Amino acid sequence: MYQTTYHRASSVDEAASLFAKGSESKFLAGGQTLLPVMKQRLASPSDVIDLGKIKELQGVELSGDTLTIKAATIYYDIMTNADVKKAIPAIAYLTSVLGDPAVRYRGTIGGSIANNDPAADFPAALLALGATVKTNKRSISAEDFFQGLFTTALEDGEIITAVSFPVPAKAGYEKMRHPASRFALTGVFVAQTKSGEVRVAATGASQSGVMRVPAIEAALKANWSPSAIDGVSISASGLLADIHGTAEYRANLIKVMAQRAVAAAR
Amino acid sequence: MGVEGIGARVVRKEDKRFITGKGRYVDDIKLVGMTHAHFIRSPHAHAKVKGIDSSAALKMPGVVAVLTGREIVDDKVGNLICGWAITSKDGSPMKMGAWPAMAPETVRFVGQAVAVVIAESKNLARDAAEAVAVDYEELPAVADVQAAIKSGAPQLHPEAPGNQVYDWVIGDEGATDAAFAKAANVVKLDVTNNRLAPNAMEPRAAIADYDAAEEHFTLYTTSQNPHVARLVLSAFYNIAPEHKLRVIAPDVGGGFGSKIFIYPEEMVALWASKKVGRPVKWTGDRTEAFLTDAHGRDHVTHAEMAFDANNKITGFKVKTYANFGAYMSLFSSSVPTYLYATLLSGQYNIPAIHAEVIGVYTNTTPVDAYRGAGRPEASYLIERLMETAARQLKVDPAELRRTNFITQFPHQTPVIMAYDTGDFNASLDAAMKAIDYAGFAARKAQAKSQGKLRGIGVSCYIEACGIAPSKAVGSLGAGVGLWESAEVRVNPVGTIEILTGSHSHGQGHETTFCQLVADRLGVPISQVSIVHGDTDKVQFGMGTYGSRSAAVGLTAILKAMEKMESKAKKIAAHALEASEADIVIENGEFKVTGTDKAIALPMVALAAYTAHNLPDGMEPGLKESAFYDPTNFTFPAGTYICELEVDPGTGKTSFVDFVAADDFGRLINPMIVEGQVHGGLVQGIGQALLEHAIYDANGQPVTASFMDYAMPRADDVPSFNLSHTTTLCPGNPLGIKGCGEAGAIGASAAVINAITDAIGKNNLEMPATPDRVWRTINAA
Ligand SMILES: Cc1cc2nc3c(=O)[nH]c(=O)nc-3n(C[C@H](O)[C@H](O)[C@H](O)COP(=O)(O)OP(=O)(O)OC[C@H]3O[C@@H](n4cnc5c(N)ncnc54)[C@H](O)[C@@H]3O)c2cc1C
Repeated sequence: MYQTTYHRASSVDEAASLFAKGSESKFLAGGQTLLPVMKQRLASPSDVIDLGKIKELQGVELSGDTLTIKAATIYYDIMTNADVKKAIPAIAYLTSVLGDPAVRYRGTIGGSIANNDPAADFPAALLALGATVKTNKRSISAEDFFQGLFTTALEDGEIITAVSFPVPAKAGYEKMRHPASRFALTGVFVAQTKSGEVRVAATGASQSGVMRVPAIEAALKANWSPSAIDGVSISASGLLADIHGTAEYRANLIKVMAQRAVAAAR
Repeated sequence: MGVEGIGARVVRKEDKRFITGKGRYVDDIKLVGMTHAHFIRSPHAHAKVKGIDSSAALKMPGVVAVLTGREIVDDKVGNLICGWAITSKDGSPMKMGAWPAMAPETVRFVGQAVAVVIAESKNLARDAAEAVAVDYEELPAVADVQAAIKSGAPQLHPEAPGNQVYDWVIGDEGATDAAFAKAANVVKLDVTNNRLAPNAMEPRAAIADYDAAEEHFTLYTTSQNPHVARLVLSAFYNIAPEHKLRVIAPDVGGGFGSKIFIYPEEMVALWASKKVGRPVKWTGDRTEAFLTDAHGRDHVTHAEMAFDANNKITGFKVKTYANFGAYMSLFSSSVPTYLYATLLSGQYNIPAIHAEVIGVYTNTTPVDAYRGAGRPEASYLIERLMETAARQLKVDPAELRRTNFITQFPHQTPVIMAYDTGDFNASLDAAMKAIDYAGFAARKAQAKSQGKLRGIGVSCYIEACGIAPSKAVGSLGAGVGLWESAEVRVNPVGTIEILTGSHSHGQGHETTFCQLVADRLGVPISQVSIVHGDTDKVQFGMGTYGSRSAAVGLTAILKAMEKMESKAKKIAAHALEASEADIVIENGEFKVTGTDKAIALPMVALAAYTAHNLPDGMEPGLKESAFYDPTNFTFPAGTYICELEVDPGTGKTSFVDFVAADDFGRLINPMIVEGQVHGGLVQGIGQALLEHAIYDANGQPVTASFMDYAMPRADDVPSFNLSHTTTLCPGNPLGIKGCGEAGAIGASAAVINAITDAIGKNNLEMPATPDRVWRTINAA
């Protein structure tokens, strides 16, 4: 009952058609989420379609004011990519504090956002930077893409092909690491767009997944500096609470991480 | 000492096989016809097992058998025992709830096995286990020790009313009360010692192989003490008489105490192997390790200390509730009593101590010895209290300790232990110097200007190790003697095999034990091998725990070496036509002192085995054995000082420096000792900052994976600054005290004392997670 058939797709189209043939197919990228879940027998796909070796899903491109990261690019390659470091160093930094070396050598940006773990790092970057998720069917704004805990706008069988980030004027990320898993206990991504808009997104904090933080956005819009956030009050209601952090603590972290992200922003 | 003798930093012989993946662990062993076991475990903390329907599973491919708790009880496999009898203050024996290897009627913790599937492969067994329908009737559960003793709490065992295992006392209550009546100052503290999951790298595993023709069992198991396992399996669990049961503990990937005990899985594998007529293998996974390996610690304590006007301690009162989990594991009863309360004098002269320990059943995984076992709880309590007292009495914490140090030895404490030797001022001095204690105030001010809260914390620990004199532990209720045995075999060509009852599961015995031989005979360690972990090879042994392998196990080897050397000298004297008294051993040769006459060890060995020309009446061969029973515990002690910074915005702790000045007596291999201290310190820091095995109010474990249970990683701990101040242990000829547990015993208090110093608030429980520290800083 836990048998599965493994397929290695060589193109996005082939992956989509393989997916359609299986009775309960799953795409596989870095496997850092899917494989543990299968080992625990919490998922039992009939067919596993590996996207990891598809050439068109690999790599980073910088063209004008747009940085595009293909979906199956592993974290390590993002973290060390010269264009990423030049255009949006906050993304290189975010990737460097994501998980541990083993996870960074396997996990992918596409897998991360498809999974949309409420404590994952990348969703905060996408939301704060106003990124666009490209799939084999359409383009989806980050705002529309993330729809709550482990839920996205992806339809069954839809494949993320890339994420495009508008290059900001400034951006920064800071994260309090979960002591056990190293996910974000709370992480805050702050960005100032080239048109002067301020966008702030927090991950790991809210019961409904990655979220914008309007109060901090307003404060930073008025004055882009860490001290501008001093007077902001963040409510603990609706925030996550668990053995590693109370809701009040997470509310505090949203502020403190935002201040540090602003201080680090480049 | 020679390049490979005592005191040399010899690189570990065993590491080649470990580092190249050639270790031989239980799971690496595959026997012909082997089947695989998968346990069906209770998802409930407390429930009645109303029925088990295995009919569907039995029809599945590859399924050999489904065996239940009812059957193992019907086959008269014995209930699990607790090997240390504790008597309550009212004279009644401790209350043992029955613990069958699989539950026939009632489950009392999440993870307790009710049945086992035996199949052709691990996955088939796992598949079939999902098809076994167990009908449970849930019962109310209790996980918290305080909740469990309240009236009206769910009751676990009919044998133990009020969930109480025992109510035990030690010390002189009258004298202690009198001291408090006259006290100039009284300092009070409530502390919780957080429950830990041991998490050895290798999960537990067992392979049982029953030979029907010989009516003989072989058990390969992850044990720290295979002979004790055989003894218990034979004498109490009715598996087979000792000569019909061979227990092999091959390479074992860490134990930390959790692999001392004989667990239900080994018993079931043995029993099932006979039932199905084939070898049965079980390898636990990490989740099973979290659910079923005996946990450690879990105390709730109220303590009060009385001081006179000169800040001298005059009395110490302690009341501790110890959470034992759902059943009494093999040595659990001794941990919060004789391994804890007997250390409550710490490094201090305390005229009167009284402690009461109440052992409690809860619907959680059983709790037993975990690295340090009782002594970390004692040390943490005393050292938190000393720091609290220093703050309350407004004296320097190091000075307060100095004022109260024991300086005369031997010293009889009011709680059984008689400390043989030590120099507590020396280790405190060394640690203070190493960390530049005097310069701390300036560093604190400097950190403050950068928005950081800097703190320093001292911990002066003492432990009782080398466990221990058989007569003494016997008089305190232990069911076994705690000597060790050894055998030295010199082969006819002069190579040497040392057979030892100590077991190595990461400690480096294969190197350190050879170093003793190299030291005495002057032969390279490559000529010596260590044989351990097999009841068919080594005649008997009590195993490895309580930092005892060097102090007790190595001393047994020394005793056997002395006997062997004495015989070899006779043979050499005979061959060299010299007097036995003139023979000295140097560089692998037996020499006539003051001459150039010599005979090499291989020639002596050959002479012993050819027996063509031995002294009249001498038996051939060169092989000697010895049993060594120590006369006292050993008392490693030392000072740890930790300097750290707390980030007030997040509550996160970062280490600045961590110094350790330990007195372990003689060191055989300083490099291995340092490794032991590093590991221990990391476990102590893990307890202080990260680790906590948590249950919700219904007894559901919340931390059953590494995604929730925070194990320390390399970047969570500082680089350690280690040193040694040595007083030789007078209790054994090598002067060894032991080093395996010290780090885990002393580190936690140093860390918490430093954090509470940094944040200026004294009440902080472990683990001091950033959330908890932040809330403490911001509490009204
Ligand atoms: C120990 C550990 C620590 C971690 N720490 C962090 C951390 O600190 N921060 C963090 O953000 N994450 C962390 N993670 C999660 C990690 O980032 C995961 O790898 C990630 O969530 C999934 O990426 P993946 O490439 O491994 O995807 P997979 O596990 O292969 O797939 C995950 C899901 O995404 C789907 N999917 C994958 N690619 C696509 C695609 N192109 N189109 C459509 N669907 C797709 C799959 O079908 C599956 O449902 C950690 C994981 C581990 C094991």
